[in-house]
Amino acid sequence: MQIFTCPFCGPREETEFHFGAEAGKARPEPAPEISDAAWADYLYMNEAPRGRAREIWVHLTCGEFFVMERDTVTREVLTVAALPGREA
Amino acid sequence: MSGWRLPSGGAIDRARPLGFTFDGRQFEGFAGDTLASALLASGTRILGRSFKYHRPRGLWGMGGEEPNAIIDVTDAGVTTPNLRATLVPLRAGLEARSVNASPTAERDCWAVLDLLHRFLPAGFYYKTFMAPDWMRWEPSIRRMAGLGRLDPGNRPPADAVPMNARADLLVIGAGPAGLAAARAAARNGRAVWLVEEAPAIGGALRWRGGAIEGADWEAFAADTAQTVEAAGGRVMTDTTLWGAFDHGLYAAWERRAGRGDRHWRIRAGEVVLAAGALERPLWFANNDLPGVMSAEAGLHYLSLYGVAAGRRVLVACANDAPYAVAGALAEAGAQVTLADARADTPEAPEGVRLLRGARISRARGTREVGAADVDGAHLDVDTILCSGGWTPTVHLFCQAGGKLDLDARRDALVPRPGTAPMQVAGAANGAFGLQAALDEGHRAGGGTGPAPRAAAAADWAVMPMRPDPASGGRQWIDLQNDVTFKDVKLAAQEGFRSVEHLKRYTTLGMATDQGRTANFAGLAALAAVTGRSVEETGTTTYRPPFAPVPFPVIAGPRRGELFNPPRRLPLEPAHRDLGARWRDYGGWLRPATYGEGDEAALAQAEALEARQAAGLYDASSLGKIEVIGPGAAALVDFCNYVRMSTLEPGRARYGFMLSESGVVHDDGVVLRLAEDRFLVSASSSHTASVRLMLEEARQDRFDPRQVFVHDVTAHWTTLTVTGPGARELILGAGIAEEVAALRFMRVAETAWRGVPLRAARVSFTGDLSYELSVPARHGGMLMQALDGARAAVGACWIGLEALMILRAEKGFVLVGKDTDGVTMPQDLGWTGPREKRTDEYLGRRALFTPEARRADRRQLVGLEAEGEALPVGAHAVPLEGQRRSLGFVTSSHMSPVLGRPIALALVEAGNDRLGQEVGIFHLGETRRARIVPACSYDPEGTRRDG
Amino acid sequence: MHDYSAFALLRRGLTGHRGWRPAWRKARPKPAYDAVIVGGGGHGLATAYYLARRHGMRRIAVLEKGWLGGGNTGRNTTAVRSNYFYPESVALYDLALRLYEGLSRELNYNVMLSQRGMLIAAHTPAQMEICARIANAMRLNSVDGELMSGEAAVRRIPLLNQEAGARYRCLGGIWQGRAGVARHDAVAWGYARAASDLGVDIVEGCTVTDLLTEGGRVTGVETDMGTIRAERVGLAAAGATPALAAKAGVRLPIHTYALQAFVSEPVKPCLDTVLLYLGTGTYLSQSDKGELVIGGGLDRVPTHGQRGNLPAQETVLSGLLEMFPPFGQLRLLRQWAGVVDVVPDSSPVIGPAGPEGLYLNCGWGTGGFKAIPAGGWLLAHLMATGTHHEISRPFDLGRFAEGRLIDEAAGAGIAH
Repeated sequence: MQIFTCPFCGPREETEFHFGAEAGKARPEPAPEISDAAWADYLYMNEAPRGRAREIWVHLTCGEFFVMERDTVTREVLTVAALPGREA
Repeated sequence: MSGWRLPSGGAIDRARPLGFTFDGRQFEGFAGDTLASALLASGTRILGRSFKYHRPRGLWGMGGEEPNAIIDVTDAGVTTPNLRATLVPLRAGLEARSVNASPTAERDCWAVLDLLHRFLPAGFYYKTFMAPDWMRWEPSIRRMAGLGRLDPGNRPPADAVPMNARADLLVIGAGPAGLAAARAAARNGRAVWLVEEAPAIGGALRWRGGAIEGADWEAFAADTAQTVEAAGGRVMTDTTLWGAFDHGLYAAWERRAGRGDRHWRIRAGEVVLAAGALERPLWFANNDLPGVMSAEAGLHYLSLYGVAAGRRVLVACANDAPYAVAGALAEAGAQVTLADARADTPEAPEGVRLLRGARISRARGTREVGAADVDGAHLDVDTILCSGGWTPTVHLFCQAGGKLDLDARRDALVPRPGTAPMQVAGAANGAFGLQAALDEGHRAGGGTGPAPRAAAAADWAVMPMRPDPASGGRQWIDLQNDVTFKDVKLAAQEGFRSVEHLKRYTTLGMATDQGRTANFAGLAALAAVTGRSVEETGTTTYRPPFAPVPFPVIAGPRRGELFNPPRRLPLEPAHRDLGARWRDYGGWLRPATYGEGDEAALAQAEALEARQAAGLYDASSLGKIEVIGPGAAALVDFCNYVRMSTLEPGRARYGFMLSESGVVHDDGVVLRLAEDRFLVSASSSHTASVRLMLEEARQDRFDPRQVFVHDVTAHWTTLTVTGPGARELILGAGIAEEVAALRFMRVAETAWRGVPLRAARVSFTGDLSYELSVPARHGGMLMQALDGARAAVGACWIGLEALMILRAEKGFVLVGKDTDGVTMPQDLGWTGPREKRTDEYLGRRALFTPEARRADRRQLVGLEAEGEALPVGAHAVPLEGQRRSLGFVTSSHMSPVLGRPIALALVEAGNDRLGQEVGIFHLGETRRARIVPACSYDPEGTRRDG
Repeated sequence: MHDYSAFALLRRGLTGHRGWRPAWRKARPKPAYDAVIVGGGGHGLATAYYLARRHGMRRIAVLEKGWLGGGNTGRNTTAVRSNYFYPESVALYDLALRLYEGLSRELNYNVMLSQRGMLIAAHTPAQMEICARIANAMRLNSVDGELMSGEAAVRRIPLLNQEAGARYRCLGGIWQGRAGVARHDAVAWGYARAASDLGVDIVEGCTVTDLLTEGGRVTGVETDMGTIRAERVGLAAAGATPALAAKAGVRLPIHTYALQAFVSEPVKPCLDTVLLYLGTGTYLSQSDKGELVIGGGLDRVPTHGQRGNLPAQETVLSGLLEMFPPFGQLRLLRQWAGVVDVVPDSSPVIGPAGPEGLYLNCGWGTGGFKAIPAGGWLLAHLMATGTHHEISRPFDLGRFAEGRLIDEAAGAGIAH
């Protein structure tokens, strides 16, 4: 049972969280100017890094999305932070 | 027949004899016995048969490491398979049966297999049984395999309680090292949890005895327990710490006789592992014969149960530990010979014949030990107690990520400091001997000053022992799975040189004892035959569980109603009173029909009555998500396929929520309650995901201070009145004229009997409908009022089954039923926004991929057929040419109002096929149906306004 | 190589089994090959075997960083089946099943294919409708699929919980008689032995650290045993594939998750079929040794660590007991996890990676074992001919840009 820390609520069990996406993706817009490949790259393609990862997670109980850095092998949580521009 | 009970001694109550049976024979033991000690005392030697060769097998050990004495136990009418006799407390009337033997362990008809052993080496089954077909051979092999027998009538209750706990220090194992660690930490004021697998604390002190700090060890143990508890800690016996998991979680199984077990999830600031060490067997020909036992177990049974393992005993070893065993047995009256492979040994214990530099090469006997060959000499013995060295119990250290090093002096793999977040003390750390354990435990517990002093010699000396490659006989390495040294050699010869391959090819270490006594020998043997070091050879991965854990302990209370508990309507009792029959719809328990009788007929009658007069249904499970604030319109626009910002307050519009892949995720009506306030409806089972999609967009691309998303589903009770009599009915219930006069797709927030009422003229049936919502606590009042007005218009309550008919008649989709994982809004006929919207919305780009532009996409259509309703799940197929699926029926009903079957289907290029006939294929049979528009009832919408 | 038989066992048994040779040669890598396959699991080994056997290629190497078959091939719950909805999926998985049906004899290695049948069990009328949809699709795709009634299901699986208080009473489901289980290790070892006999170099303990590229073309691999040049490189490394493909600038639609499996202590036969229960998400079978082999959903946190956590264990095992209350007599004996490469539509990616000379076989998620023969067959076809086999074409990486997903989970309500 892993423990993640919601920047808004504090440490909670992993079952309260849901993985969103790898961090750093920007939605390509407007749609008519975006190629099929660029859209697929945004929507589907990942790094799936072995080791340090920067990801968007959501704390299901409070509904807040946040950024978590963690190690995908050791499962150590390195940092958590509210989305850029937001305050916890 | 060699074990015997001493006239005195041990922690048993000789005044309380307990009768029990084993393989149908009657025996007697005493209160305080285990099944193993009682059987040992009875002289019964053959307690089971080996897995592969059906060799007779007797008691080896004293705890969970027991490979042989696996027993099915019936106690108080309840049978439990595969228990270790060493861990079963004896009770009066207990019935025990050997496993893997037919009819009994004593006389097993499969013993003949042992004669064929040379043709059944490791992995033989990979090389044969291929012709004509494995399945010809498999049934008989299956019947022979397996250990115990499941009792189909025994359904253990879900009574294991999950518990969460925190501790400053978790000490695993309450032997001398664990006791010293716990006491030192508790004396420093720390809350210590001291967890012990055995029924009592003390570890090996319990049978070895000893003096600590000038007094009997029991005083030290009692003082420790008291100190721990005084400091806010806890001492738990009968508790197996079975797993180390991520982020410092430890799982423990606490056994509580007569009450539900408990499953502890413990998080500790620090952990000390003091789990001791297990004695290894020795490897000589026929080392599996009944009568060959762990030396330490011999002392265990002698001290705790007053049972001597034999009368003429050979103790074979190459380390100091068994000297105490030999001495104690001699003192008890056994004739004891001690064969120590070392030339340089301690003094012989009193009354023991010591052979220095002597090795046992063979046990003799057919069914049990009758003699032993030691350095070529024949020794007349009935029991062989072995000690091939000690294997530190490092499982939890390794589960937590720890690495091991070979300590050559102790011939053991010991924890490499700093590789796992725990300290290891005592025998688990390779510190064999009482004083060494106390020293390490004291330090690990943070003790300052001198460690407790024991009146005992220093560390035990150990000489490495290995299987003898030159031996002509069979030397067992894994007793339960029948893996011999030759099997290891063969595996290596065939290239299975990784320990993991060895394990998988030979099944070494995969038995119910989890290789406790086998793994080190296996890897040492593999190292020897492949010319590598033990460290190079490595170990297999240590994973939970440390010991087998009953499934109910892990599963916990989640069973029956508590398994994925369905959500329930606040008005469930009232519907129950109306005769509702319940069903799980997408995780919600909702009325399927009302009243007694055939469900299909009831649904037909309810649907017809709703069309003819009016129907009432509970729509409270429908998701209601408020989107509030100056940014609300922009957020709802982005999240919906249909633009909602153009709605005027007080109006409603139907729309879709798409995933970014363009697929219809949900549908529903959006109400604009005010300029800055929307109410987004969601399907009952999609509410949580819709809320998250709104939240994600809100936080990711909008100013989250300008808009809020709030799931208010549970705040409201929603009852819907539908049908030509709906207006009359609500007026009869005292609902205001202004509500009754609402126009289609209008919403009003008003009051009724002093409580807030929200009314919406939206329709899921095509008929005049009012969706009435009041705060959930007032739902009963609304239901009563509507029910009271029901008779006057001839209306009835309708369940979901009838509602499904009504909406299907109109061609209204149920997302997830009439759509699948590729359905896009244009497939449902909703092409407008895709073609016209120029702003961004969820899923927009994906609506224009090459696949999304195809003309032959599956589209929603209706089907018209004769006779009975079409089966849902049937496929549309061409009437001519090659048979292939054109799509499938998603909803199908007999329409009571039309008097014929109606159906919805997703059909390839369905819109182009309107009017065409197709085959409807179901389980080998094909009917005909005509493709028609999805809406089959009142296509002009004349009934919308009553 | 045709020397495994009962007769050979008898003959060699008389001489202490000294005559058996290693199942596969322990090769050291040569400087260059026609084809290099990264990943010595079932898919990689099968690819090498079919390249040699069907396409006559001779200079082939399989590079495995650990021990052969130690990834998901040796960590799954051994079910084989082709009870799928979309024709593309059925074609793929039934190719695998058909190859499995002849595999023991083809490889002269008993992979213990036991076609004991599989039930996908439903507990609501809505699920039964989905089951009908799939069973009909299977039949239309010429695969054996039946809609089984609740009574028939209980006759076949008498221990199923049919009590009034059961949360999910079985209403029946989809039955596929040809589905079953096979011995997972034997599949890897059998392919390895057969490939090795055909001259394939199988290199264990060899980690690929980089892909060699020249002018946009992949020309080999860099390993901790040195540089190996290759005309064609195939990636069959499951969760390790994204990092490898990234070396050639290829991005993949893969997330990696831990999937756990559980084994009970062995008991005498009490479950004769493979069962997947839609209500609980738990699936199981009983091995020939008598152990229940149990699986369920993914652990919820993406990871590359081969470890499972308690929440998934609680979910899977409570599901097991809800379906089979008598199994509460049993104990968890072993538990482990594999890292599975999960694709958004839960269908594999097979095809050219993009850069010339690089080919993919990945994204099998939780369902790779059952597809091993087909995965190998199709990747071999690709690597030998440079073009898709018609069965692999729909599974090309390009389907994501085209929007042509093959989503069994969403399409049929049942995941792979």
